Amino acid sequence: MKDGDTKNDADQSGMHPTPMLDQLEDGPWPSFVTGLKRLRDSKGEQYAPMMNDLMGQLNHSYENRTGYWKGGTLSVFGYGGGIIPRFSEVADKYPESKEFHTLRIMPPAGFHYTTDLLRQLCDIWEKHGSGLIAFHGQSGDIMFQGCTSENAQIAFDAMNEIGFDLGGAGPALRTAMSCVGHARCEQSCFDGVKAHRGIINKFLDEMHRPSLPYKFKFKFSGCGNDCVNAIHRADFAVIGTWRDDIKINQEKVKEHVAEKGRKYTIDTVVSMCPTRAISLNDDDTLEIDNKSCVRCMHCINVMTKALSPGDDRGASIMIGGKRSLKVGDLMGTMIKPFIKLETEEDFEELEDFAEACIEFFADNALEHERIGETIDRIGVPAFLEAMEIDADPNMVNHPRTSSYVRTDDFDEESAKWFERKAAESGMVVDG
Amino acid sequence: MNEMSKKPRMPDEVGVPDPMQYMHPLSVKNYGQWDYHDRPKPGVLRHVAKNGDQLWTVRAGTQRQMDVYTIRKLCDIGDQYAEGFVRFTTRSNIEYMVSDEAMVEPLIAELNANGFPIGGTGASVTMISHTQGWLHCDIPGTDASGVVKGLMDMLHSEFIKEEMPNRLRITTSCCQINCGGQGDIAINVQYTKPPKINHDLVANVCERPAVVARCPVAAIRPAMVNGKASLEIDEKKCICCGACYPPCPPMQINSAESTKIAIWVGGKHSNARSKPTFHKLVVANLPNNAPHWPEVNAVVLRIVKAYKKDAKHWERMGEWIERIGWSRFFEMTDLAFTKHHIDTWTGARKTMNASAHVHF
Repeated sequence: MKDGDTKNDADQSGMHPTPMLDQLEDGPWPSFVTGLKRLRDSKGEQYAPMMNDLMGQLNHSYENRTGYWKGGTLSVFGYGGGIIPRFSEVADKYPESKEFHTLRIMPPAGFHYTTDLLRQLCDIWEKHGSGLIAFHGQSGDIMFQGCTSENAQIAFDAMNEIGFDLGGAGPALRTAMSCVGHARCEQSCFDGVKAHRGIINKFLDEMHRPSLPYKFKFKFSGCGNDCVNAIHRADFAVIGTWRDDIKINQEKVKEHVAEKGRKYTIDTVVSMCPTRAISLNDDDTLEIDNKSCVRCMHCINVMTKALSPGDDRGASIMIGGKRSLKVGDLMGTMIKPFIKLETEEDFEELEDFAEACIEFFADNALEHERIGETIDRIGVPAFLEAMEIDADPNMVNHPRTSSYVRTDDFDEESAKWFERKAAESGMVVDG
Repeated sequence: MNEMSKKPRMPDEVGVPDPMQYMHPLSVKNYGQWDYHDRPKPGVLRHVAKNGDQLWTVRAGTQRQMDVYTIRKLCDIGDQYAEGFVRFTTRSNIEYMVSDEAMVEPLIAELNANGFPIGGTGASVTMISHTQGWLHCDIPGTDASGVVKGLMDMLHSEFIKEEMPNRLRITTSCCQINCGGQGDIAINVQYTKPPKINHDLVANVCERPAVVARCPVAAIRPAMVNGKASLEIDEKKCICCGACYPPCPPMQINSAESTKIAIWVGGKHSNARSKPTFHKLVVANLPNNAPHWPEVNAVVLRIVKAYKKDAKHWERMGEWIERIGWSRFFEMTDLAFTKHHIDTWTGARKTMNASAHVHF
C-alpha cells in the first residue's frame, strides 16, 4: 500500500489491513502490535471494534507519518484533571476509536503489585476500556489507554472502588515516582514510600483541581544513583544521602580485591572516585577520606558487600528540574543539602518545605512557567530568601565569578554565617 | 459532560495507594533492613537482608503498552512459577520477587518460553524509556513504540547479557519536548521546517497571545491573514522547536518530509562518579522512516559498538567521550561534526572549550 492510500482499507469482515504494523511483529522483543491484534481479534469483547479502528488509524499514521489525535476537555465528577482526552481527526474512516481517552491512575508507591491486583485492573479495563494498559508513563502513572467519554467515569469509579485514584494532568501537581527503596535496596537512605505518600496525599487538591501556573512534579530516589531520574525530571527531587562515614567491612574489601584483582580494584574504585577520596592500602583494605566524599555512590555500587551508606541518613533536595519546553532542559539544583528523614517530625518538615515550594510556585510563577524557570528569572538568592533558607556552599559549583553585584551588606551577611556556624558547633558540643 | 447514573458518585480521594499491601512479604519484613545485593547472572538480583533473608528478583522485558492478555500471561507465570508479587522498573521491565532460589530457573524458562527476555540488569542495554507517539499523543512526530521495537530487536543480545562497559540507557521522544528524558543515547524527533499555519483555524482554535508568549525566540506575532485574525512567523528567527504546536494545532509543525530524527549521546541521571549530565547532539536529519527506521538503527548500532569496544569498565557513554574527546568519538562512529553541533542557546559559551586542551 502506498503512503496515503486508504481507499480499500477495511476488508469484507470490516477488519483494517495493517501492513505497516504487521512488520513490527517479528523479532525477539515482545511486540505491542501482537498485543493490539489480540484485542482486535477478541470476538465478542466490547473493545474489539474499537481496537480494529485504532489499529487502522495507527497504520494510517505509519503510512502518512502523521498523528491524528486532538485533545479536548474531559474529567470525572468532582475532579478537574487526570484524564487525557483524545478525539480522532480521522473518525470518518475509523469511527469506533473516535474517542480514545487515557486515564492516568496513580500506582502504589514504588510500583509494587500483586498478580491479583493486576488482574483486577485488567478486568476493569476489559469491561470499560480498550484492554490496553501501559506500565508506566514517564511521569509515573499507570496509563489506561483508550476509552470512550461515556466510559471514563464508569472506569474511574470502578478503579476508585478498589483504592485507586486519578493522577495529575495539566497545570497541576503531577503523579510522583519513587524507586524500589527500602522494599528491596540496601542503598536506600530514607523511607521513599512514606515521603512519596506523605507529600502527594497531602496536596491532592492541587492534583485533582488544577490551579497552578503549570505542572509541578515530585520524584523520590533513595540514593544518588537516582533510579527515578529525579534531578532531570522533577521540580522537587528528593535524593537519599547520609552525613556520617561510609561503612566499610574490611574483610569484604579484601575478598573483593582477592577476587577481582588489585589493579582492577584501583582502576574501577580508587581511580574513579570523583573527589580522590579513596585509597587502597598495602594490606588490601580501603581508606576513605569521608570529609572529601560527595556521596556519589560509585564505590558502593562496585563493592556492594564491602561498602554501604552511613547511618546518619536523610535526603538532599534539589529544585527546578524539567524537560525542554521552553527555555531548554534544566536540572534540579541543590537547595537543601541535607534534611534528616527518620522521625515523624522530620517527614513533617519535608512536607512543610514541599508546601512552601508549591505556594511560592503558585504565587510567583508566570503562566506556563516551571519553578526552575521562575528561579532563573528572579535569581536563586531571591528564592532562598522566600524559602527562608540560608546560602550554603553545597548549592554552587563555585562562588560567583562576576564582580557585578552590590555587596554593601557583606559584613552583616558574614556575621550571620559565623553566628550560624557557632550555633551549629554549639549544638554538637551540647548534644 | 458524561452520561452518568442519576446520582453522580463522589470520588474517594485516596491518593497514592499504600504499596505495603502489595509487596512481597520479605520486602515488608525487611523494609529498610537490607544488607547487600549481587547479580548471580544477567536478569537476576539477589538481595540479602541483615537477618540473612534472601529475596531473589527475576527481571524481564515487556513492550510497555500491554494488552490484558499479555498482563494476564505475566500474572499466570507469576502465580505458577513465582509467588504472585511483581513490580515494574522505571523503564517498564517487570520484576518477579521470590523467596527461594530454586524458583529462579523455572521462572526464567517459563518467561523465555513465552517470549519475555530476561535481562536489563547491570552493564546491559535495558528497555528504552519512551513516549506515546502516534498511538495516543496529540503532537507526535513519530511512533516511539515502533522505534523502540526495532531497536530492542536489534539490541536484544545486549539486554540479556551484561557485556557493556556500564549500563546503557536509551530513550526516545516523539517531539522536541523530550518526554522520553535524558539518555546515554537519545533518539528524538527534530523538526526541520517552521510550522505551516492553517490560517482558517487559528482564530477559532488558538488563544493567540498565549501562542505568541509560548515562542522561545519571539518569532510569532499576531496578524490578519485574508481578513482573518491569525498569526505569522518570522521564519528567519524560527528555530523549528514546535513549542507553538501544542497550544495551537493549526501551527502545523509536523510533516511527512520535514519531521526528522536526531540522535543525542551522553545524558546521565545518576550521580555516580560524574555529576548528572544532559545528552548532546551527534547527528540530525535522519529520516522518520517507519516502520523500521533503518537509518536510525544503523547509527545507534555504530555508537553502541564503539562504546562497547572502547570504554573502560564502569564508564558511562558521556564519561567515555569525555576521556577520549569528541574528535575521537566522531571519528570512531563515522559521524560528521558540523556548525550545528556548536550550541547557540542560552549559556552556549559555557559549552565551548576555553582551554588549550586538544585531542589529536
